[in-house]
Amino acid sequence: MSAVTEPPVAADAPARDTVGAYARRWLTDVRSGDLGSLPIIVGLIVIALIFQLQNDRFLTASNFVNLIVQTAPYAVIAMGVTFALLLGEIDLSIGFVSGVGGVLVALLLMPDGNELPTVVAIALALIAGLGIGVLHGLIITKVGVPSFVVTLAGLLAWNGVVLLLIGSRGTVILQNSFVIGVANDFMAPGLAWILWAACVGLYAAVQLVRLRNRRKAGLATDPIVIVGLRIGGLALALGIVVAVANEDRGVPWVGILVGALLVFWTYVLNRTRFGRHVYAVGGNQEGARRAGIDVDRVKIACFAIVSVMAVLGGIILASRLRSVDTNTGGGQALLYPIAAAVIGGTSLFGGRGTMKAALLGAIVMISIDNGLGLLGLSSGTKFVVTGGVLLLAVTVDSISRRGRAQSGRA
Amino acid sequence: MTDTPVLELQGVSKRFGAVQALFEVDFHVSPGEVMSLVGDNGAGKSTLIKCIAGIHPADSGEFRFEGQPVHISGPKDAADLGIEVVYQDLALCDNLDVVENMYLGRELVDGARRLDETAMEAKAQETLRSLSVTTVSSVRQTVAGLSGGQRQSVAVAKAVMWNSKLVILDEPTAALGVAQTRQVLELVKRLGEQGLAVVLISHNLHDIFEVADSITVLRLGQNVAEFKRTETNPQQVVEAITAGKLSKIPGQQQEALA
Repeated sequence: MSAVTEPPVAADAPARDTVGAYARRWLTDVRSGDLGSLPIIVGLIVIALIFQLQNDRFLTASNFVNLIVQTAPYAVIAMGVTFALLLGEIDLSIGFVSGVGGVLVALLLMPDGNELPTVVAIALALIAGLGIGVLHGLIITKVGVPSFVVTLAGLLAWNGVVLLLIGSRGTVILQNSFVIGVANDFMAPGLAWILWAACVGLYAAVQLVRLRNRRKAGLATDPIVIVGLRIGGLALALGIVVAVANEDRGVPWVGILVGALLVFWTYVLNRTRFGRHVYAVGGNQEGARRAGIDVDRVKIACFAIVSVMAVLGGIILASRLRSVDTNTGGGQALLYPIAAAVIGGTSLFGGRGTMKAALLGAIVMISIDNGLGLLGLSSGTKFVVTGGVLLLAVTVDSISRRGRAQSGRA
Repeated sequence: MTDTPVLELQGVSKRFGAVQALFEVDFHVSPGEVMSLVGDNGAGKSTLIKCIAGIHPADSGEFRFEGQPVHISGPKDAADLGIEVVYQDLALCDNLDVVENMYLGRELVDGARRLDETAMEAKAQETLRSLSVTTVSSVRQTVAGLSGGQRQSVAVAKAVMWNSKLVILDEPTAALGVAQTRQVLELVKRLGEQGLAVVLISHNLHDIFEVADSITVLRLGQNVAEFKRTETNPQQVVEAITAGKLSKIPGQQQEALA
């Protein structure tokens, strides 16, 4: 499919696509290696089937709700670190920055007579995350130290800060009901359905308004059937989530939080100038600079987002575990989020990746973790299998990228 | 082509340390004129356009834009005047689509500071159509999937979309095949026909004689000749490039001043 041999179609030729043409284009995309979310969704189905065959507790409503709660912190941190990966940079410090966040909130809310109001404590932790991120960003852009080194140093330093904050306490038990509630409270079934209807309605409205605007401007539009299928698909997927979760404890509030963050950051990336500039800097930094984009500012903002999201993830993790200790921020929080983003299809070379990819990747990671746990396997086995899956995902991506390169879509 | 030049330079000099890159260069280009800038490697072509684009502000010399004296001290000054440069490497982002590239750094936003994709796509299509660029089948495909000629077309369209008055093309055909070179040369001609001033830098005399109205020859940082295409031939131009008479010798003059 060399571009030169393409028939010279005028730029304004198809006013409206037919369903057939849409399907054909999708097939061409898949064949030429632009797989989108396809491999990861297939992968998730395979994972679910395998674990269900091994242990019939995997696909129960109760375990489904567990999965949502377990995925949430890693999904949040993974969405954040995607901003660094989109630039072609990396942030290795996310684990312990999340640890700093969790520990700060736990300490500031310790009921020792001078605890802060809940909102103030959480805000302070998020501001600390902002400061950490801006610090990383300033060193990377203004001094010119590679992000790998800056955040590697951050990994060590923020680990030290976690230890210093915890001091001789060993473990700090969370006692604030709001913070514990973040990952341990569930929505009333009725409320969940109302929210479901609102989300589907909003999505449908956005899609239809867009269709109308493009048609008014005389631009090519997706066939109405495809738009309908998209709306129906979302309604079905969210409907299943709500229905299954309501069978058990209900939709966890933290699931709503993750959903809201997903929508918010997707909007920022796709619908704002800042988001466009993030992709541009990741795609061609010099080109972005010549186009008048303040590359340094974009980078600093991205590293700030990474750290703030890491702190948020750390608070959720602390809430789920109901305590923080000297190990907070280590172990899984360290590299699971980067692995999740990469499994989802985010490129380490920058310019390619989405929030949705980070979430799907996190779901894959945690499903494997959770499933192997149900089978009673040791964490040694867990890490080996998770490593294998990471390698497999990147291999699939590399092979599909070769397909893209051959068809001139590198 | 008899009206005031869009851009007129007089006695522009630029030195990098011990190297005198440009010495008292005069240069002008009028609306609707395709002015070709030629010279051997190291003759100062790139330095001259970088002075015009504000990347390396000139040390001395006079700049007049549409007859008014101006001072270009940064890329933004040049862009504000309506000077757009298409660099050899095009500076496109492979991961973005055609519309996103054309509006990079100058995206349109609506009242809620949202990207106005509909308006951008419509305007981008209109610009491509006005330049008769028909080889780009979808403005929503990523630039990575375009051929060299198509990329060049997109970069040129990006440059002319901003009501620019002067477009500078740095070796636009250097990396292209025969058919794609043809595409780009047609595009350059159309820019001239639309009343833009075009400066074309090229090593390929064949291309130059096909599209240029006038030819300015640089040699060792000085302009040694200026031709009208209709009144010259490649032989003369080659002679000027390789052995054009240097009217002033910087070293000697400085010694004389000292």
